[in-house]
Amino acid sequence: MSVLAIAEHRRGELRLVSLEQLAAGRDLVDDLGGELHTAVIGGDVETFGAKLNREGVDTVHTVDVGEEFNHDVYTQVVTQLAEEVEPTVLLMPNSVNGLDYAPAVANRLDRPLVTDVVGVDAEDGLTATRELYGSKVETTIDVHAEQAAVTVRPAEWPTIETDGDAAIEAFDATVDESAVRSTVKGFEEVGGGDVDITDADVLVSVGRGIEEEENLDIIYDLAAALDATVAGSRPLIDNGWLEKDRQVGQSGKVVTPDVYIAIGISGAVQHVAGMKGSETIVAINTDPNAPIFDIADYGIQDDLFEVVPALTERFR
Amino acid sequence: MKILVTVKEVAAVDDEFEIDGLEIDDRYVTADLNEWDEYAVEEAVQIKEAGDDVEVVTVTIGPSETDETIRQALAKGADRAVRVWDEALEAAGLLDPETKAEVLAAVAAEEDPDLVLTGVQSADDGFGATGVTLADKLGMEWGAVVNDLDLEAGVASVHRELEGGVEELTDIELPAVLTIQTGINDPRYASLRGIRQAQSKELAEYDLADLGLDAAGIASPLEQTSLYEPETEGEATVFEGSPEETAAELAALLEEKGVTN
Ligand SMILES: Cc1cc2nc3c(=O)[nH]c(=O)nc-3n(C[C@H](O)[C@H](O)[C@H](O)COP(=O)(O)OP(=O)(O)OC[C@H]3O[C@@H](n4cnc5c(N)ncnc54)[C@H](O)[C@@H]3O)c2cc1C
Repeated sequence: MSVLAIAEHRRGELRLVSLEQLAAGRDLVDDLGGELHTAVIGGDVETFGAKLNREGVDTVHTVDVGEEFNHDVYTQVVTQLAEEVEPTVLLMPNSVNGLDYAPAVANRLDRPLVTDVVGVDAEDGLTATRELYGSKVETTIDVHAEQAAVTVRPAEWPTIETDGDAAIEAFDATVDESAVRSTVKGFEEVGGGDVDITDADVLVSVGRGIEEEENLDIIYDLAAALDATVAGSRPLIDNGWLEKDRQVGQSGKVVTPDVYIAIGISGAVQHVAGMKGSETIVAINTDPNAPIFDIADYGIQDDLFEVVPALTERFR
Repeated sequence: MKILVTVKEVAAVDDEFEIDGLEIDDRYVTADLNEWDEYAVEEAVQIKEAGDDVEVVTVTIGPSETDETIRQALAKGADRAVRVWDEALEAAGLLDPETKAEVLAAVAAEEDPDLVLTGVQSADDGFGATGVTLADKLGMEWGAVVNDLDLEAGVASVHRELEGGVEELTDIELPAVLTIQTGINDPRYASLRGIRQAQSKELAEYDLADLGLDAAGIASPLEQTSLYEPETEGEATVFEGSPEETAAELAALLEEKGVTN
């Protein structure tokens, strides 16, 4: 019995989810018995390996192949490593890159895959907790298999900060270059607009609840009255109603204003990833079950088309 | 060139709802074409409109009640549709990505596409894994979370949208499966003419046996054992009253927090 967690890094930085997974891995090992393994593939494996040596980790595998993530390489290496370690549970990040190799690995190892889990338990077989319908409901899933693969939602587990005394072992993977049929050419920063929403003290952030582009006027009026900056959730950016660099969230910007007013935003996990660090969060939403209310400090469960103009009026 | 697009009908849940066992009571559920698949369909149709001799075929796993949703994709320009369903799939309960990919791979084996487009995830169960699993089953190359696509001479040059406003630029050899992210294009509304034409487009129905799949092999390893509303961890102070009253309370709060104009 053991657990193997695959770390993630990008452009020279170990990503936080790599350390969070270790906490999830620890939970599982406490239930299963056995060892917690972690592995880092590519990049500065020595430095990353040392960082992954946290309390409770038994072995850190370092695999020195290439600099950046390439899914063809990761798929081969993780498959080989899992065949060697034979973990009961193989943990990978539910990140954009995790979703670019974890399904292929699970397929090659013939293991069931449960993605985006927010809880795991192995006391009586593997059970995972997931969210459905944009986080409105939660579900538990029993995994009927001896061995499974799981992707872990970022920011759900704490990071383990204490250093450990793991064995650091170099793993010699064989990469079949003819099976590498994708080439990462580089990276590009998105943006180029003239506002910096990360700099604002007060953000008036608007979501799909606004329905039409024309309706944005009431949002601009409020922002003007509050001397605030306008930001938004992804659908507004996808529709071209707001510029790209006003997007808050996983693929947009991470913001930490004093006040974040979320208007007609459901609070999908990818949105919350960008704004949960705001000092005071206010939500205006007709749906009392909207997950945004789970992280809001103050809420109004009513129609934005009535509340927003009334609020603007108060500051005129 | 042939493009296969996986499309799915997803359930959206009303603001107020009741849970009935392991499901949300039907009364509170609305069916719609998965948002991410809409962008995948649009991308395929745009490729077709830009080139000669491109056929766009959609594939769905789902019961006949999903036909109306599938026709939306036909109305937006897909040429024909395939739908797979039978009792074994119905009985399997929660279909895991592997099981879905197995069925889709059998359709792909029949259709022999050059390119497969899927949505990044489906809005209801959100596994986000079917596309890449499918690619690996087919021995095709793949790319997940694609928000820009340029096809040339057997290579798909894509942007993959990573976290934090960074995109990865990657060249992917065809044939490939790409999972399509929202924002890659501007999905069209179906025109009246399109809706009319969709009625006469082919919508083929297969069961597992038609695809040479063994119904006995369809057991999903994932079993959903509970469904519940999560306890709110938050302690939001909810302002009560008319919009004027709640707005006044919020205004007072904002002033207290130092927000004034
Ligand atoms: C890989 C990936 C990355 C992503 N990155 C991001 C990201 O960076 N940022 C992001 O935001 N999303 C991101 N998303 C998308 C995310 O999953 C959601 O789809 C999106 O956040 C939903 O936006 P929304 O809350 O505005 O819309 P919806 O989820 O549609 O919510 C609209 C809300 O408005 C409410 N509403 C409707 N009418 C009214 C009214 N009259 N008054 C008050 N309330 C009303 C509704 O009750 C609902 O809660 C990403 C998704 C993926 C797969």
